[in-house]
Amino acid sequence: MADNNIGPKRLVVGAHYGLRDWLAQRATAVVMAVYTVILLVCFFTSTNFSYQGWAALFSHQWFKVATFAVFMALFFHAWIGVRDALMDYVKPVGVRLVLQVATILWLIGCAGYAAQILWRN
Amino acid sequence: MSEAAKPPRPQFRNIHLTQIAGYRMPLAAIVSIMHRISGLFLFLMLPFVLFLLDSSLLSEGTFDYLKGFTSGWFVKLVILALSWAYLHHFCAGIRHLIMDNHIGLDKDSARKSSATVLVVSITLMVLVALKLFGAF
Repeated sequence: MADNNIGPKRLVVGAHYGLRDWLAQRATAVVMAVYTVILLVCFFTSTNFSYQGWAALFSHQWFKVATFAVFMALFFHAWIGVRDALMDYVKPVGVRLVLQVATILWLIGCAGYAAQILWRN
Repeated sequence: MSEAAKPPRPQFRNIHLTQIAGYRMPLAAIVSIMHRISGLFLFLMLPFVLFLLDSSLLSEGTFDYLKGFTSGWFVKLVILALSWAYLHHFCAGIRHLIMDNHIGLDKDSARKSSATVLVVSITLMVLVALKLFGAF
């Protein structure tokens, strides 16, 4: 490997960034799908949907942590998806970089908002 | 052998947004592009969804305010669009996960599963619409 890894034969891939992100997108998708089903079951099995019942569900620390973990999975998933779309459709490197940075800032802002909602009191 | 003597290699590029109208779109392609559109829409609407969650949890007062806020037809339409996007992205995503396991990759199965995605997601969206606009 070492002696022919030069010039046109240089191996330019192999860090597995693509595979890692592809797999992460699938794993986060499964996490979100499971959470969605649990939330829907909670929603439809509550006989009387009121503020008390809804707020009580979100008052448990474990549920806050689980919800936050799902939000982080969502933001990671969305980052990979939006990045893929930008790589496919936005060819000028400068514009793509600006949009990718904007995407990251957008998602970090959303993460802060999500944390504030969950741990307000 | 010189590089220049070889015939030019074919280039397979992604379909650009501006070219979509010129392509024949089989069902699977429609499901695929709608997967992207719904995902991008959900991404852009994230702050709005967080605002809804915020209002629903902050206090009983904001919960009641939210009930009023979401009773207008325009907000209901936005929520319906969000529901469609989530349902489509969910169903098409499960199809993706199944196909990632090398199940249903042939042309006929792929067409059938894409039709299933559309039927299931649109049926559920109609149910959400009926519920939103007070049919039951």
